[in-house]
Amino acid sequence: MLEISVADYEAMRAHGEETYPHECCGILLGRTDVAAGNNEVTRIVRAGNTRTDSAHNRYHIAPEELIAAQREGREAGLDIVGFYHSHPDHPAQWSATDFAEAHWYGCSYVITAVEGGRAAATNSFRLTGADEETKGFKGEEIAIDVLGADGEVTGVLEMEGKTR
Amino acid sequence: MKIHIPTPLRQFTHGQEAVEVSASSVQGALDALTLSAPELRRHLFTEDGKLRSFVNVYLNEDDVRYLPAKELTVTTDVDELTIIPSIAGGSSCCR
Repeated sequence: MLEISVADYEAMRAHGEETYPHECCGILLGRTDVAAGNNEVTRIVRAGNTRTDSAHNRYHIAPEELIAAQREGREAGLDIVGFYHSHPDHPAQWSATDFAEAHWYGCSYVITAVEGGRAAATNSFRLTGADEETKGFKGEEIAIDVLGADGEVTGVLEMEGKTR
Repeated sequence: MKIHIPTPLRQFTHGQEAVEVSASSVQGALDALTLSAPELRRHLFTEDGKLRSFVNVYLNEDDVRYLPAKELTVTTDVDELTIIPSIAGGSSCCR
């Protein structure tokens, strides 16, 4: 399961709307609860899409941005637990390119479909396996934490991996 | 010198985010790392010993691939190496 605050969840989706008709991308910082099998997102970091040659259907995050996010996470006691990107006018399902380019085993890959400029479905896929030969994408639930005014979790809106 | 390990590869370094090695070059540092964590070797290198195309290695702020001496670049104890797999993809749709 991917756990994320409603603010970060909506910020990911808004990012996809802002960059439409191009793909957006970003990095999810947080912690992995190994026992529960959850990736808990506590911060999202927007990244630039370096694939300006084909930004409508490809994305790439500069390694320098990944390193900066990893450093930011380290200083806050957080790890990189996933990534997000958008599929403009295309379903929120992983593509052959997404799979071929996925190398962060254990991380969550969140995809938002953006239809005509409006965010539609958002799905998360966990990269399972331990190497290129055994890796696979597995759909996972997204649990959206509803935070009260003091920042405490006051409720959880659980979502199926393939809905919305 | 310190080598920063990305989250997917920490399973091979006992969960450690950083590993300290003693080395005088980038190649020496990676060799020392994979000597202490042998399982890492096949994740970082192809069978003929080349760095995998999706594995980026940065010496401080510089991509090792673009340094004049590449993996043979001399290092000191205060340098830091960062291993960072690439992130890319996309719908590949249509146009």
